[in-house]
Amino acid sequence: MLKEGELRIPSGCAISGIINKKGVRFSGEEIINSIALMHDRSNGLGGGFAAYGIYPQYKDFYALHIFYDNLSVKTQTEDFIAKHFDIESAGNIPTRPVPGVTNKPLIWRYFVHPRTYVVKEDFVDEAEFTSRCVIKINTEYEGAYIFSSGKNMGAFKGVGYPEDIGKFFMLDTYEAHMWTAHGRFPTNTPGWWGGAHPFTMLNWSVVHNGEISSYDANRRFVEMYGYKCTLQTDTEVITYLFDMLVRKHNIPMEKVIKIVAAPFWDDIEKESKELQHELKSTRSVYASALVNGPFSIILGYEKGMIALNDRIKLRSLIAAEKGDRTYVASEESAIRIICDNPDRVWSPKGGEPVIALLEGEQE
Amino acid sequence: MSLNLSTPAFEIIRNEGKCILCQVCVKQCANNVHSYDAEDETISSDDGKCVNCHRCVSLCPTRALIIKKYPLEFRENTNWTGAAIKEIYKQAQTGGILLSSMGNPKPFPIYWDKMLINASQVTNPSIDPLREPMETKVMIGRKPDKLEFDAKGALVTRMPPQIELSVPIMFSAMSYGSISRNAHESLARAATELGICYNTGEGGLNKDFYKYGRNTIVQVASGRFGVHKEYLNVGAAIEIKIGQGAKPGIGGHLPGRKVGADVSATRMIPIGSDAISPAPHHDIYSIEDLRQLIFSLKEVTDYKKPVLVKIAAVHNTAAIASGIVRAGADAIVVDGFRGGTGAAPTRVRDNVGIPIELALAAIDQRLREEGIRNQVSLIIAGSIRNSADIVKAVALGADAVYIGSAAVIAMGCHMCHSCSTGKCNWGIATQEPELVKRLNPDIMHRRLVNLISAWSHEIKEMLGGMGINAIDSLRGNRLMLRGVDLNEKELEILGIKYAGE
Repeated sequence: MLKEGELRIPSGCAISGIINKKGVRFSGEEIINSIALMHDRSNGLGGGFAAYGIYPQYKDFYALHIFYDNLSVKTQTEDFIAKHFDIESAGNIPTRPVPGVTNKPLIWRYFVHPRTYVVKEDFVDEAEFTSRCVIKINTEYEGAYIFSSGKNMGAFKGVGYPEDIGKFFMLDTYEAHMWTAHGRFPTNTPGWWGGAHPFTMLNWSVVHNGEISSYDANRRFVEMYGYKCTLQTDTEVITYLFDMLVRKHNIPMEKVIKIVAAPFWDDIEKESKELQHELKSTRSVYASALVNGPFSIILGYEKGMIALNDRIKLRSLIAAEKGDRTYVASEESAIRIICDNPDRVWSPKGGEPVIALLEGEQE
Repeated sequence: MSLNLSTPAFEIIRNEGKCILCQVCVKQCANNVHSYDAEDETISSDDGKCVNCHRCVSLCPTRALIIKKYPLEFRENTNWTGAAIKEIYKQAQTGGILLSSMGNPKPFPIYWDKMLINASQVTNPSIDPLREPMETKVMIGRKPDKLEFDAKGALVTRMPPQIELSVPIMFSAMSYGSISRNAHESLARAATELGICYNTGEGGLNKDFYKYGRNTIVQVASGRFGVHKEYLNVGAAIEIKIGQGAKPGIGGHLPGRKVGADVSATRMIPIGSDAISPAPHHDIYSIEDLRQLIFSLKEVTDYKKPVLVKIAAVHNTAAIASGIVRAGADAIVVDGFRGGTGAAPTRVRDNVGIPIELALAAIDQRLREEGIRNQVSLIIAGSIRNSADIVKAVALGADAVYIGSAAVIAMGCHMCHSCSTGKCNWGIATQEPELVKRLNPDIMHRRLVNLISAWSHEIKEMLGGMGINAIDSLRGNRLMLRGVDLNEKELEILGIKYAGE
């Protein structure tokens, strides 16, 4: 049977996200409770979390979370890592046995810093260097898969129901200022843990509900610019789109949103001449970055969290606020189970983002 | 030489019981097939002159006429077919090159018909274009690699000129001269009403049609007929024609008898003189020369018009296309071997060039591998027969398509393949005033608008079925296609999977 990456598996999903905009950290218990409420939106074939602010003692190091199929590929991969990075600390990621979570791979974590002389040789910055190394390992080292590579953040995922995966990774013992979660309902078994979500690249993490119909147009677009879509998932290609537009093309986030969920031509015609020109330009230049078909996504990065629906809202997405916290989830009940009386609850319109950033951050 | 071995291609059957001797057929046929004998009060028909254009059949008020393939059979022989034998008779008789009109009719594979389109089921919803917005607009022109914004978020990058098309369809280059003034007017008016473009072809642009300039692509071909500063500036874009799918590597020849006063003024050549386009542009012998012509045209138009470069689909098309991008073109037009023509040497039409589907897939893939696909628009031509062909073309990677044959068929062409005679009974491929006036632009532009509107509805239905609400998301989205009856190599070049995969 083919595993994820060798074929395209449609999926339905549950997503949830919480951020404390003041940066106050809290344990993973709440996000587990939130995603657990939407149990029926998953089918036990994938669950995962992304947590921001969990490694304050290593905040300047890239935290590589890696799945290994066997010890020999671990040795080869570590050789590569050691040649390109200074390893500050390495060890396996602590887990506890949970019924329903089986066939676990070797799960390791490394806090690393790119070797200065190697980075200089390549004429790139540290972030680009690290992302290239991640793509190289994920495409060329059969049996090794880096599923998290950001700073002061980490993804935790596997095959199982998300609440079980959360317990398995002992997320109740971590504290983060922002959590996102994903429960997956794939039509087929993904076959391996790397196929679970969130998908991450450097500090980006994406949890996503939907099956985008623009997949191959988006994939062939980002692959022109050095990315390799190895997993054939929507989440992967959406992450690369954001990484390319924000990090490489340096486009402000609010405009990036107008690219991936572009306003309709009819609506553009109603804008002022200047704005019309800008929107027409972005739509034409980045036409292949338009994400089409049903999706709701929660995008996490160092500045905070952005939740977004497709242009005609073909997937559910609810947002709420209480105090310093912003919540988003596929279902309102998944927010109310962890937040008694929200100050405000709303259903964002298609293409209108919910932007919840840490205090002092700008798009 | 008195011996003529040619036999009729068609047989005209007149139902004497139905015929009322009204003589419409006699008056309508420019080939003088039918003649009326006043003494005997009979109409006789000369089968040998008939080209099967259906003009008399369509206009006969009592439906008394039927035209059939001439029943004369040669002894069966799969190698020496009747057509092969007749062509030899003709060349032995005349000593000339065989001429044909319209596109390659040979039974080469039609790849459009071997690709099938996807639709949403359960895991994502299809979208109903009657209830939800469905966008078919495309922007044709060069795109910068990325957009830059200043600290305040204002756009800094200067956008190169673009043409906006409401649907990704344009009318192909057909020159005034090869087609009639009324046909040109119909195309121009339809393009304007539809928010798309038509193309002047290489015959210049009549001043009366300057008012349709915003929807006109003006062509610059090797003969440079009718090319001057005003002409270049009046259109929405300029197209340099290097080659044509029906006759790659060959120039053009408009016979002097088609060059009347108006055509002469438009083309800037003497009345009655043959208009011969050389095979190459004599200022383009290499790719660096092309760059110079592109930028000469940009200079003349103050960098306000996109410059398209049209080539025929030939063996090394992908590499050539890549060179054209690097030479600075805003869009590439590729014309496949089934593309139509007013006249082409038969051997060239039937044997030179490659299928557009394969050329398109190869070019799109090559430009992506080079990382330059997003810099240009890719337009294809060469026998788009319906809206499904367009959906498949866009999914393979085209930004837009040109239609020529389909457009003339909408105006009444019956594909009799006799454009080169200049006696088009439908008033399309002719300059004879009596015939031209048969084509009423008021009616014909409406039929063109109808055709494109119908196709646009069909495209929207298919887009919605795929769960897509903007055609941008179909472009190059090859997962939306599956192949049937194709071998591994064909699938590899088309970049698609087999049905069931």
